[in-house]
Amino acid sequence: MELLKAKGIVKNFPGVLAVDNVDFEVNENEIVSIVGENGAGKSTLIKILTGVLQPDSGQIFVNNKETGFRSPVDAFEKGISVIHQELNLCDNLTAAENIFLTFEVVKGKKRTLSSRLNEDYMRKKSAELLDLVGAHFSPNVLVRELTTAQKQMVEICKALIKEPKIIFMDEPTSSLTIEETRKLLEVIHMLKARGISVVFVSHRLDEVTQISDRIIIMRDGKRVGELKREEFDMDTIIKLMVGREVEFFPRGIEVLPGETILEVRNLRWKNKVKDVSFQVRKGEVLGFAGLVGAGRTETMLLIFGINKKEGGEIFIKGNKVNIEKPLDATRLGIGLVPEDRKLQGLVLRMTVNDNVVLPSLPVISNHGWVLNDRKERAISEDFVRKLSIKTPSVYQIAENLSGGNQQKTVLAKWLATNAEILIFDEPTRGIDVATKAEIHRMIRELAAQGKAVLMISSELPEVLNLSDRIVVMWEGEITAILDNRSKKVTQEEIMYYASGRLKQNGGQA
Amino acid sequence: MTTRRRQKGFRELGPLIAFMSLAIFTTVLNPRFLTAFNLQALGRQIAIFGLLAIGETFVIISGGGAIDLAPGSVVALTGVMVAWLMTHGVPVSVSVILILLFSLGIGAWHGVFVTKLKVPAFIITLGTLTIARGMAAVITKGWPVIGLPNSFLIIGQADFLKIPISVWTLIMITLIADFFLRRTVYGKHLRAAGGNEVAARFSGVNVDLVRMIAFMVSGFLSGLVGIIVASRLSQGQPGVGNMYELYAIASTVIGGISLTGGEGSVLGAIVGASIISLLWNALVLLNVSTYWHNVVIGIVIVVAVTLDIVRRRIASR
Ligand SMILES: Nc1ncnc2c1ncn2[C@@H]1O[C@H](COP(=O)(O)OP(=O)(O)OP(=O)(O)O)[C@@H](O)[C@H]1O
Ligand SMILES: [Mg+2]
Repeated sequence: MELLKAKGIVKNFPGVLAVDNVDFEVNENEIVSIVGENGAGKSTLIKILTGVLQPDSGQIFVNNKETGFRSPVDAFEKGISVIHQELNLCDNLTAAENIFLTFEVVKGKKRTLSSRLNEDYMRKKSAELLDLVGAHFSPNVLVRELTTAQKQMVEICKALIKEPKIIFMDEPTSSLTIEETRKLLEVIHMLKARGISVVFVSHRLDEVTQISDRIIIMRDGKRVGELKREEFDMDTIIKLMVGREVEFFPRGIEVLPGETILEVRNLRWKNKVKDVSFQVRKGEVLGFAGLVGAGRTETMLLIFGINKKEGGEIFIKGNKVNIEKPLDATRLGIGLVPEDRKLQGLVLRMTVNDNVVLPSLPVISNHGWVLNDRKERAISEDFVRKLSIKTPSVYQIAENLSGGNQQKTVLAKWLATNAEILIFDEPTRGIDVATKAEIHRMIRELAAQGKAVLMISSELPEVLNLSDRIVVMWEGEITAILDNRSKKVTQEEIMYYASGRLKQNGGQA
Repeated sequence: MTTRRRQKGFRELGPLIAFMSLAIFTTVLNPRFLTAFNLQALGRQIAIFGLLAIGETFVIISGGGAIDLAPGSVVALTGVMVAWLMTHGVPVSVSVILILLFSLGIGAWHGVFVTKLKVPAFIITLGTLTIARGMAAVITKGWPVIGLPNSFLIIGQADFLKIPISVWTLIMITLIADFFLRRTVYGKHLRAAGGNEVAARFSGVNVDLVRMIAFMVSGFLSGLVGIIVASRLSQGQPGVGNMYELYAIASTVIGGISLTGGEGSVLGAIVGASIISLLWNALVLLNVSTYWHNVVIGIVIVVAVTLDIVRRRIASR
C-alpha cells in the first residue's frame, strides 16, 4: 500500500529549477533511497514532502487522500518525520528536552504555555527511545556534549515520538565513521521491522545498495530512474546519476616526494593531542586515519593556529616557526579545509565568489587592499567550473547551495590560494561519486605539483587510495605511521592500530 | 549574475522613497521647507546624524552583537574638551588634531575591551556613555565653555558654494567610508567577520583587528561630530548629543543593516540619517509641539523598520 504519494512536484528557486515534475511514492514497510549528484534536488524534494517548503505545483497524497502540508509540524502530525541534512538540535538543552521540543508532555489535561512539564515522564520515555535505537547515554546529558553520531540518535528519537509511518533521512551517514554508520543502518532495519518506512539519502552507494528495497535516481531535478532490489548495480546507478560514464582514478601519478616541508615534534594540547610528531614532504599525501576522538582534527587545529599548542615545535622547511593564529599559518603557506562547512568553512550570507576568494584577498587585490572584482570573478568562476559547483552564478548566496556544493566551495577557497601545505579534514563529506573521483584526482595532482597534503578521512578506502603514507592515531597518540607506497596497507592493518595497539617503532617512519 | 546587485539596489529603495515622499509632503504643507536657510539647517542635521551613523554601521557590521552606545556622550565630551583646549591657549589646529586622536583612543579602548577582554560591546560602551557624559560635566562644572576663536567657528557655521562645511565633510567621509566598506579587503573582511566569525578566522581574517578598527572609526567620527557641534554652537556644551547614539543606530536600521552583523551599507546609513533629520525638521516646520517630537520619531522608526522587514520577507519567498 502506498503510504505517501506525490505527483508532478515542481519547485523553482530564482535561476534554478530544483525539482522538475517529480513523482514519488513510499510504500508500506520499505526502505527507499534517493540518489543523485550534488544539487540534483534530493533535499529540496524531501523538504517539500515534509512540509518545510511548499511546491510550486504538484499533488501530495497520504493514505490515498490528497492533502498538503502547511508546516513541518503538520506533516509530523500526519505521520511523516524527517532528519535533515544539517542537524537541528538545540545545543543548550538536554537530549530529553530536545526529543520533546514543541511536543512537551505536561501535567494535567490541557497543554498551554504555562502548563507544568511532566519531566519525569519525558525523561523516562526518552530513555526508552534512546535504548530502542541502541544509544547508551543519559537523556539528561546536554546535546552540546554529544558526538555527531549521538546527536543523530537524538534526532531519530525525536522523529519517533509521534509514532510516524515514514521517516526521511537526508544524508544521515555523511559525517559518521564506518562503525557508526553500521549501527545507524541497523537502526534503520529495526525501524522497518517495526513497520516504519524509511527514505534514505546517501552518496555512499555501497550503503544504499546494501540497505534499500528500492532506489530512485534523480538528475537535474528530474526523476530519471528507479531500480528494484534485484536490479541493483553500481554502474547502472552511477550512469543514471551522472548521465555518462565516470572514470575512476587509479591512485596512479607517482612522484618521488621531495624535501621535508613540514615537521611537527611532540605537539601537545590538553589530553587530546599527546606528543604527536611526524614529517611531510613535498609531493606527498599523508593520510590520517583513526576513530572518532583520535585527535586528528585537534592536531591539525594546532598546526593551523586555531588552538594554541601547549607544547612541541613546528618546523617549516627546517625553520622553527611560531604559529599563534590562522593568519600566521596562511602567511606560512598552510591552508586548511575544515570539517564543519557551515560553522568553520563558509560565511553563509556571503556569495560563492566572496567565500572562494576570502583567503586569497590580500594576494589578489590591487596593492593588497583594493578589491579587484575582475580577478575575483575569474578565480571563482574557474573553480566553479573545475569542481562543477552547481550554482546559477558566482554571485549566488552560499546559503542557497546544496550541501555538497557548499562543501565544494570550501575546497575551492583553499585550492585558490597558493598554499604549499594543504590540510584537508574530511574533504569529500557529502560529495557525490563523480565529483569525489574528480577531487581525488585533484588531490593527487596537487601532490604532483610539489605540494604537501595532509588528509584526514574517516573513509578508509579514501585514505588507502590517496595516501603515500598513513598516520594512524588513537586517543591523541600516533600508534603507527605506515608506508603505503611500496606495499599497500590494508584496512585490517589500519583498524588494528586505530584501536590502540602500538607499532613497534611507533612515532618514527 | 546580477541577483545580488539587484537585491542591493532594492534594499535602499524603500527608505529613499520614504524620504522623498516625506520631503514632498512637508513642502506642500509648508513651502518654507524649500528655503535655502531651512535646507542648510537640514543639511547640518543630516551631517551630524549621518557621520555618527557611518561609525555605527562599521561597528554593527563587525558582528558578534557589537554596538556602540557611546557616540552621544563622546560628542559632548570632545566638544567640551576642544573648547577647553582652545580657551587655554592651545592653537585651533592642534586642539582639533588632539581631540581627533583622543576620540580614536576611545574607539581603541572599546576595541580592546571587546576583542581582548571579551567584554560585551553593549556593556563597555554603556560605561563610556555615562563616564564621558560625566566627565564633560566635571570639566565644565556644568557650564558651557565659551569664547572660542573665530577660525574654529568655520567648521560648523561656514558654507562653501552655499553648502555647509559640515555637509562637505559628510560627503567626503561618506565617499571614503563607502569605498572602504565595498571596495577594499578591509570591508570584505569586516563583513566576513560579522557574517561568521569562526569561518573568517579559519580563512586567515584577523577578526580582532578588524573589529578594533571598526570601533576606532566610530570613536573618530563621534569626536569629529563633537568638534562640529561645538563649532556650530560656538561653545562647549556638556549637555549636547543626548540620545544621538540611538538616532545613529536607528538610522542604520532604517537603512537596512542587519543587527546580527555582516550586512549593511554606508549609503543606507546616510538615507536613514536623512529620514530622521528630515522628520525632525518637518515636525518643527509643521508646528508640532516639541513634546510630541520624540513620540512621532519613535513611531516612525518602528513602522519604517517593520515595513522594510516585512517587505523583504515577502520578496524572498
Ligand atoms: N533556498 C534556495 N535558494 C536558491 N536555490 C536553492 C535553494 N535551495 C536549494 N537551491 C538549489 O536547488 C538545487 C537543488 O538543491 P538540493 O539541496 O535539493 O540538492 P541535493 O540533491 O540535496 O544536493 P546535495 O547532494 O549536495 O545535498 C541546487 O542547485 C541548489 O543550489
Ligand atoms: Mg542535499
